[in-house]
Amino acid sequence: MGAELLKVSGLVKHYPVGGGSFRKPRGVVQAVDGVDLTVMEGETFGLVGESGCGKTTLGRCILRLEEPTAGEVIFKGQDVLRLKRKALQDLRRHIQIVFQDPYSSMNPRKTIKSIIAEAFSIHHLFTSEERKRRLEELMTVVGLLPDHLSRYPHEFSGGQRQRICLARALALNPDLIIADEPVSALDVSIKSQIINLLIQLQRRFNLTYMFISHDLSVVRHICDRVAVMYLGRIVELARASSLFARPRHPYTEALMSAVPVPNPEKRRHRIILHGDPPSPLHPPSGCTFHPRCRHAMPKCGEEKPLFQQIEGGTWVACHLYGNPSRE
Amino acid sequence: MNHGPDDILLEVRDLHTSFKTDEGLILAVAGVDFVMRHGETLGLVGESGSGKTVAALSIMRLIPEPPGRIFKGRILFEGRDLLRLSEREMRKVRGNRISMIFQEPMTCLNPVVRVGDQIGEAVRLHQGLSATEARSVAVQMLRKVGIPDPDRRAKEFPHQLSGGMRQRVMIGMALACHPRLIIADEPTTALDVTIQAQILELMNDLKEDFQTAVLLITHDLGVIAETAQWVAVMYAGRIVEYADVKTLFSVPSHPYTIGLLESMPSLDGEIPEDRTLRTIPGMVPSLLDLKAGCTFQDRCPTAFDRCRQEEPPLFQTHHGCLSRCWLHGR
Repeated sequence: MGAELLKVSGLVKHYPVGGGSFRKPRGVVQAVDGVDLTVMEGETFGLVGESGCGKTTLGRCILRLEEPTAGEVIFKGQDVLRLKRKALQDLRRHIQIVFQDPYSSMNPRKTIKSIIAEAFSIHHLFTSEERKRRLEELMTVVGLLPDHLSRYPHEFSGGQRQRICLARALALNPDLIIADEPVSALDVSIKSQIINLLIQLQRRFNLTYMFISHDLSVVRHICDRVAVMYLGRIVELARASSLFARPRHPYTEALMSAVPVPNPEKRRHRIILHGDPPSPLHPPSGCTFHPRCRHAMPKCGEEKPLFQQIEGGTWVACHLYGNPSRE
Repeated sequence: MNHGPDDILLEVRDLHTSFKTDEGLILAVAGVDFVMRHGETLGLVGESGSGKTVAALSIMRLIPEPPGRIFKGRILFEGRDLLRLSEREMRKVRGNRISMIFQEPMTCLNPVVRVGDQIGEAVRLHQGLSATEARSVAVQMLRKVGIPDPDRRAKEFPHQLSGGMRQRVMIGMALACHPRLIIADEPTTALDVTIQAQILELMNDLKEDFQTAVLLITHDLGVIAETAQWVAVMYAGRIVEYADVKTLFSVPSHPYTIGLLESMPSLDGEIPEDRTLRTIPGMVPSLLDLKAGCTFQDRCPTAFDRCRQEEPPLFQTHHGCLSRCWLHGR
């Protein structure tokens, strides 16, 4: 694993809700509430959590598809949040994003060729001869045929469309690909094909992935390190192997035990979390997980736990792991 | 499929459902047979387009006609062939003897009717209860499905509830008339895993309480393993494997089932050095131009000549289960 590629510190994204143009907002949704993480070159960094935990918003903030409220994003030494329009556009050559639903992320009236080549025009790259060669190469790389370039998105299956989205993401030779639930909409037999393709592409082009997903088995399979998010914060961050072997945060533990296992003879001990995740509009005091936590202590409702390293590479925000804490 | 004749609740025989499309006629369900006993859960697994939902909607006679048509087969439920009932008689079965739970509760609940009234509607309709009686049944049902403060919640509208709670309401509604069979079509697919765990636990508990049989349609083999006793695997409109849940997961027979199980990343399995997953090559064939022979032939690692000529029937395997594969036709 190489050097530090991306560093996010104290990232906050708040959305005001309610209120009209002249009224005051009724409240603030704390979608991302102080996230720190570092992504190393060449690794696959997993971001897991349930809907509404802020994982997608975090990904979008890194690309500045959303403007963060506060914090710092450093990509290859550049302060992303201070970039002006032109420089930002340049940055986006190096960071690409792939979405869950490949169909809604492609213009249905354009051919695959113009969908992928759009990136070249935006960045004024290559002559038309080079573009053609590059397009054909990209199609082959993701396992499609160069002939497919003249077709339209609806002519492809879900798996093929996701291949096209990957070709588009690769068009500009990015360093980092933020993949937001890239295989979640796919059928089981197609999912494994796309996962393998992601792994191949990473090796071939020395890519770094930020892999956002709610599917823990997929994350365990392809990620090197994983951050678990709950209500806008990272509650645990560790190497995938140690996170799955020994989850430390009670939320991680519950999340893992909730995954149905395709083995009827194995009845695992399941921790059923009661209630629903609280609204990010009114997060609970102290540790935001405490109302659903089976280990909750009085302290948990009062003080925010500190995100601290408890072992080499394992970070947890939980009072069970003691030590100083402060608001 | 050797059940005693007495406790059979539902028997589907040779079901064929087709759809007219602009490109031609599609056989979405092409000869499906299965049997369900009282109180048991049958999992119907398959990928999108495999015909699992169409099979379920056919049982409920909810196939829009045209373009759809159930053109062959029998659906024997409690001794009667549902396909021969008049629409009026069928309406007495739906929501009463058989009810259904869908994937997205928000699109199934009426957004402008209080949830309590929606649950009450079924019992008023089928059991002739008064409005007041229906309301108290509704509150009882909400309590049974684990909704806190059911009196207050009964007066709320669907948008005031979370996704998990809405699915609880759907389950309450489905159970309100004590049906003998519940058809649950991807009931937890739209939910987060922790909420899914709650709902699956609830469904398992209620199944015990109400002694209801469940036809569980899902693409998630994990969900099947944790809830079903019997499993039917569907591919391109056909059942390709039918087995009890333990056999299916320990010694799967059909190459498609084997491929599916091998290609799934797991939470505890070994991860190979190069991280490559096993895959099933290719994709599901278009139902518009199926070749002669087995529907899985192009993706099958063990396909031989016969597979390309004749479609295999369901064969009994040595584990006592059924597999639609010539490998077992000895």
